[in-house]
Amino acid sequence: MKFEDFVCFGATIPELEAKDRDGAIGELVGALVQAGRLPAELAEPVAQAVIKRENEASTGMGKGVAVPHVKHEAVTDVVGVVGQSSVGIDFAALDEQPVYSVLLLISPIDNSDAHLQAMEKIFKHLQKEKFRKFLRQCQTPEAFEDLLREADENPSW
Amino acid sequence: MDKLVGEATLEIKNADGLHMRPAMQFVDLASQFDCNITVSNGQTDADGKSIMQMSMLAATCGTRLKITAEGPDADKAIEALRELVEVRLFDEPPPGADP
Repeated sequence: MKFEDFVCFGATIPELEAKDRDGAIGELVGALVQAGRLPAELAEPVAQAVIKRENEASTGMGKGVAVPHVKHEAVTDVVGVVGQSSVGIDFAALDEQPVYSVLLLISPIDNSDAHLQAMEKIFKHLQKEKFRKFLRQCQTPEAFEDLLREADENPSW
Repeated sequence: MDKLVGEATLEIKNADGLHMRPAMQFVDLASQFDCNITVSNGQTDADGKSIMQMSMLAATCGTRLKITAEGPDADKAIEALRELVEVRLFDEPPPGADP
């Protein structure tokens, strides 16, 4: 699976206003609503579902990245969005360090395989220091799109 | 003398596959052993103690993973991981079970 298959490029947030985890999740879900990828009335339940999942176990994998996610009937395909915080957000990450890049993922309830494929794509790149660095340097939605499309075209980098 | 290398092929049998929660269970368990643990899906090799690397295996239900353990407690590690993956199914349901 490619980033372009699930990332909503019209909803990326180069600088999150929220300074805490739940606020950041709410902001990213809100951006998906604005971009037309989620019905407005589902924003709150989806955000709450992501937060509930996050409370069970942090998706802050260390190295400044977090991948909050949930399976929800609001979507029929995997939908992802990226947001960034220059000050860092406390995600109760495994390495106890702040999170600067947040990749939020909402997956359909009945397609575990698609969810796993999106995760595969995300972590293949996120584990590379160069990719994490370039991601943090993105300051516009266009920069996110360029970076992620480049990663799609050159899966090896 | 202790055997230093252990190897097993384990099949993912829980319906949702190796998503983040099971991957974390795997990493937590693997980290309790002194050996190096490598997990391969045939295309990608992952460090069995790294949640980022384990998350990129995309192991769906039915996927067979080759586990290699190297170190003093390699055999114990392999047995414990086999129990988690194939017996306990990460405490998750198999395909077709009632949700």
